[in-house]
Amino acid sequence: MIALSAFIESVGLVGPGLNNWADAQDLLAGRAPYVAARTAVPAPASLPAAERRRTGTGVKLALAVGHEAAAGSGRDAASLATVFAASGGDGQNCHVICETLASEDRALSPTRFHNSVHNAPAGYWSIATRAMAPSNVLSAYDGSFAAGLLESLCQVAVDGVATLLIAFDTDYPAPMRDVRPIPDAFGVALVLAPTPGANTLARIDARLTDTPATVLAAPEFEQMRLGNPAARALPLLDALAAQRTASVVLDYLQDVQLQLDITMLNAMLDNPDGSTQ
Amino acid sequence: MKPLVLTHFTATSCIGRGLDATLDALREQRGGLAPCRFERATLDTWIGEVQGVNEQPVRADLSDFDCRNNRLAQLGLTQDGFAEAVAAAAQRHGAQRVGVFIGTSTAGILETENAYRQRDPQSGALPADFHYAETHNPYSSAAFVRAYFGLQGPAFVISSACSSGAKVFASARRMLAAGLIDAAVVGGVDSLCLTTLYGFNSLELLSPAPCKPFDTNRSGISIGEAAAFALLERAPEENDASTPTPDAAVLLVGIGESSDAYHMSSPHPEGLGARLAMEQALASSGIGADGIDYINLHGTATPSNDAAESCAVKALFDATPCSSTKGATGHTLGAAGALEAVIAALALREQWLPAGINTTEADPALALNYQLTGGPAELRTVLSNSFGFGGTNCSLLFARAGRALHGGAAS
Repeated sequence: MIALSAFIESVGLVGPGLNNWADAQDLLAGRAPYVAARTAVPAPASLPAAERRRTGTGVKLALAVGHEAAAGSGRDAASLATVFAASGGDGQNCHVICETLASEDRALSPTRFHNSVHNAPAGYWSIATRAMAPSNVLSAYDGSFAAGLLESLCQVAVDGVATLLIAFDTDYPAPMRDVRPIPDAFGVALVLAPTPGANTLARIDARLTDTPATVLAAPEFEQMRLGNPAARALPLLDALAAQRTASVVLDYLQDVQLQLDITMLNAMLDNPDGSTQ
Repeated sequence: MKPLVLTHFTATSCIGRGLDATLDALREQRGGLAPCRFERATLDTWIGEVQGVNEQPVRADLSDFDCRNNRLAQLGLTQDGFAEAVAAAAQRHGAQRVGVFIGTSTAGILETENAYRQRDPQSGALPADFHYAETHNPYSSAAFVRAYFGLQGPAFVISSACSSGAKVFASARRMLAAGLIDAAVVGGVDSLCLTTLYGFNSLELLSPAPCKPFDTNRSGISIGEAAAFALLERAPEENDASTPTPDAAVLLVGIGESSDAYHMSSPHPEGLGARLAMEQALASSGIGADGIDYINLHGTATPSNDAAESCAVKALFDATPCSSTKGATGHTLGAAGALEAVIAALALREQWLPAGINTTEADPALALNYQLTGGPAELRTVLSNSFGFGGTNCSLLFARAGRALHGGAAS
């Protein structure tokens, strides 16, 4: 049995009214007022112009949070193994494909098709960063963030490598919105390392549990958590933003959740052997 | 890496339901490709359709999951006593200690394609009996398998295009090593749909004839469908005499994963990512390239894929016998890695080297030791390659438990 532990070095975040992790920390921790707004997804500057034009919201979102986290860790993005987790990927693109296939013509555009694969963001990320490291691409419906974190923790703990986790989901247009209501896009990225370093923010120790997921105190963030599978990460982000040593439970599957014991860096310094108590 | 045992495995594809039918087809060098008559597809191509998939709905208590992809999954996991083997593993370890990791590229998107043709003319709404979470969503493939067996361990779907069905073995290996689980149901399930048929058509990658991997006249892929599964458990320690692994048992001994970082829909021309994956599979096993007896190639039969893979193979291997079984099964996309893992395991168990059928003239420019005919062979190790769209690569290395075929002792 290997302990499922990792050191979080950095965070990337883009969501409704949340433009990056630096700003979002203050909003999550209540140090600045949250103003609701549609998610603003920046264009990926790291891709060549021709590739950039072809990308949809899902790819742009994944790249934006990935770059923010990689930069925050101070690591070369090309050196990081990656895990991409999304329930459904690019909702708009999927809708257009289904509409086209329902028509008499049925001819798809090649760009639509290659953006439809669940690993399109992983492919673009490796092209943008020249990363030849392994990349994994997961889905676990509403538990996709926890599934991605579990896979990342296994890479860190078992393989001893630093890993970039990128979780995101975008909204579907009608009529898919009726069967999969996701109000807005949300993306989050974490760099996780096997050992503490100069950029360590916190240590997390994970285990599976049947305890229900942590509910956020602020109603606007609780609504956000329930509105997008990637936002199920918010109890962890909330603790990091408040720099609070805490134990949180994240939604995973119906009968199994992911518990995280979060030890902030300052608590680790007080307690150099790394134990959480 | 510590070897894992494939306690049980099974495969269903257009060449047959279950291992006996699959083995017969491989021995007789019989393929399952036929001209495309699928749904509303009007494409000049051949496909590998599993006959009778639609005849058996999913189990009544799981009816929300009912769709072609989950029917194919159910057809696959009820062959070869696989369901009984999983039930026994759940009994042995506890349902919470058995994980489920399934590869798929499109899951049950065919349901959504059809639902879009039945939208309400006024509101545009999808039909009321459409179940998004249980059919369309990628995770539906793992959710169905997990629910079918009543398993309660960790689960997810891997959807990295054509490497999905191989990469599930890598994730299961990590979960087993971390001690989160004691057994894993891994596999790949992908079924025919218009998204992939018209998608690969848009990329001009569909062959107008049955695909001919590594042939001078190869002209693209034939899309197939499959459900293939394996039950993975830790191998007993070598000094543990109480539960010896039978010599004919198949072990997973090496895994390599990499990214091309090159292009979304074309492989790196020199196959650098593919080479990295094969090198890591060898390194993690401690077996040298000269210790590999057969390579089941990714071999999709597009001109550029086969050229790139041949560069990668030639850089590491010296005339190792190899073939692509996609000439028989078609390219089963997200299931291919699992289907070919099972074919590799079958080759090791039966000591049979599968031919690369449909190919008549192995391309001399690719210069591999490509096997146009199959036959009995002393196989101790088989490497299986799976490379996907978006530049995602995975190589799996399998070995017979009693690796020295003559003399008895495991090497």
